[in-house]
Amino acid sequence: MSNEDIFNGNWVAWMKSQAGLETDIVISSRIRLARNLQGMPFPFLMNAETGNKSMQAITEAWQNSENDALSSMDMITFDQVPALDRHILVEKHLISPEHGLSEDPYRGLLLSKDGSIAIMINEEDHLRIQVLLPGLQMEQCYELAQTMDDELEKRLNFAFDEQRGYLTSCPTNVGTGMRASVMLHLPAIAISGQRNRIFQNINQLGMTVRGLYGEGTDIIGNYVQLSNQITLGQTENEIITNLGIISRQIVEQETILRRSLQEEMRYQLEDRVGRAYGILTNARVMNSNEALTLLSDVRLGVDLGIIEGISPQLINQLVVAIKPAHLQKRAGGEMEAFMRDVKRAEVIKEILLKSSR
Amino acid sequence: MFCDDCKQNPATVHLTQMLNGKKIDMHLCPECAAKKGLMLFTNDKQFSIPNFLGSFLGSEFNLKDMQTMANPKTCNNCGMSFADIRQTGKLGCSECYEAFDSELEPTLRRIHGNSKHLGKIPLRGGERVFLKKEMDELKLELQKAIREESYEQAAEIRDKIKELEKVINEEGSR
Repeated sequence: MSNEDIFNGNWVAWMKSQAGLETDIVISSRIRLARNLQGMPFPFLMNAETGNKSMQAITEAWQNSENDALSSMDMITFDQVPALDRHILVEKHLISPEHGLSEDPYRGLLLSKDGSIAIMINEEDHLRIQVLLPGLQMEQCYELAQTMDDELEKRLNFAFDEQRGYLTSCPTNVGTGMRASVMLHLPAIAISGQRNRIFQNINQLGMTVRGLYGEGTDIIGNYVQLSNQITLGQTENEIITNLGIISRQIVEQETILRRSLQEEMRYQLEDRVGRAYGILTNARVMNSNEALTLLSDVRLGVDLGIIEGISPQLINQLVVAIKPAHLQKRAGGEMEAFMRDVKRAEVIKEILLKSSR
Repeated sequence: MFCDDCKQNPATVHLTQMLNGKKIDMHLCPECAAKKGLMLFTNDKQFSIPNFLGSFLGSEFNLKDMQTMANPKTCNNCGMSFADIRQTGKLGCSECYEAFDSELEPTLRRIHGNSKHLGKIPLRGGERVFLKKEMDELKLELQKAIREESYEQAAEIRDKIKELEKVINEEGSR
C-alpha cells in the first residue's frame, strides 16, 4: 500500500474489521498529541518566514530519524497537493477540515504508507501526531503515538512547562496535549431512543460526544465520536483508561439492545434492514445524509448476520467512498451537488452488488 | 425559575462550571448573562468557539480578570496581549504561558478543573526543565549572596551560572 492508494482508493488502515477488537461497534480508535516548538509563534500567527522555519526543523527531524516507522513516512506539503486530494485526506479522517483548506508550502502532513499514522504539520499546533487504528485499540494507538513523540523530540525542542505540561495554541489542549477518541456505531441505541439517556452525563466524566467529523458536526448515520475533554491534571494513562471503560460500557449497552431487537422485534428489524438494502441497491439519486442513514441499517444487518456476503469493512469503505471528494475523484472531475447525488447512487449500487454476488 | 442575579426575569441561560473539582450551577436571564459576557446567542452573532473560549478566558466573574483587562502587558516573544488572547481564544506562542501565567490560572481551572500537569514529561525537554530549575535556584542564591555582601561567594555562583548557561545553550542547539 502506498500514499497513491490513499489518494486514489477508498481504503485506509482504520477501516479493517478484526475479531476481538469490537469492530462491530467500535469503528476506530484515535490518539492525537499536540506538540509545539519552543519560542516559535503558533501556526495561526505564522508568516511565510516563521512557517518555513518551523517546517524546516520538522523536516530535518523526520529525515534524520533512525526510527523506521518515522523515517519511512511520506512528507506531503500542501502546495504540492490539489484541493481535491486534500479533501480526500479530510474524508478519510487523516487531517482536519481546517487543515485541508490550506495551500501553504509550510503546512502539510507526514503520512505512513497505510495511513495509520498521520502527523499534521502547522495545523493549530506545530505538530499534531495522530494514530488511527481499527476497533478498540486505545493502548496500541497511544504506544505508537508515544514512539513518534519521543523520536521527534530527539531533534526538536518541544514547548514544555513543569506546571502546565505541553504548551499548546489553545488552552483547552494544554497539559498532556492529548485527545483520545473512539468512533462508535450505535444503531440499536438510536433505534431504542436511548442515546440521550446514555450520553447526558458524559460531560461530567470529562468527556464529550461529537459527530462523524469532529467538533461541531452532527450525529449522522448513528456514528458517535467520544473523546476526552480534559487534558490538564490527568495522566495519559488515566485518560485512556477512562475512555476505555466508558467505551466498553457503551459497547455492552449496544450489544444488549441489539440482542433484544433481534429477539423481540425480529420482523421489524429484518424489514428495516431489507428496505435499506433495497433502496441502496435501486435508487438513482441519493444525497449524503440519506445514504449514511441507510448504510447504518445495512451495517447493522451485516453485523447481526441478517445480510450475508457483505463485509463490515466494505461498509466502512463505502461510508467514505460516497463523500463528495471521493465521488469527484472517481468521476475524474468536479461535479455539482445533483450530479454527485446521481454518482453516489451509482457507486453504492456498484459496490454493494459486486460484493454480494 | 428566576435569574440568580436580578431575581426578576426568567432564567434562560443555564451554566455549569467545574471549579477546583466542585460543580457550580448558574441560572441567568439573557440580560444578566450578557453583562457577564456569557451571552453566546445574541441575534446577529452566531455561536463560535473563539467567542465561547473568549468567555472562558476572562469574564467579569473574577476580579483578577477585570484587573488584567486594563493591563497593557504583551508577550515579549510574539507581541500578543491578553486582550488578543481573549479575542482569539488562542495563545500566540509557548512564551505566552509564562507571560500571562497568573491571568491564565483561573482560565485553566475553569476549562480543566485543574491547573497542574500530571502527565508525561519529555525525555530531553525534561532535562531542560531540570536545568532551568537549577538556574532559577542559582540566581536566587546569587541575589542573596550580593545582599549579604559575600562577594567571594557571589563570584563563585556567577561562574556556576555561566557554566550552566553554556550547558543549556548546547542543549538548545542540539
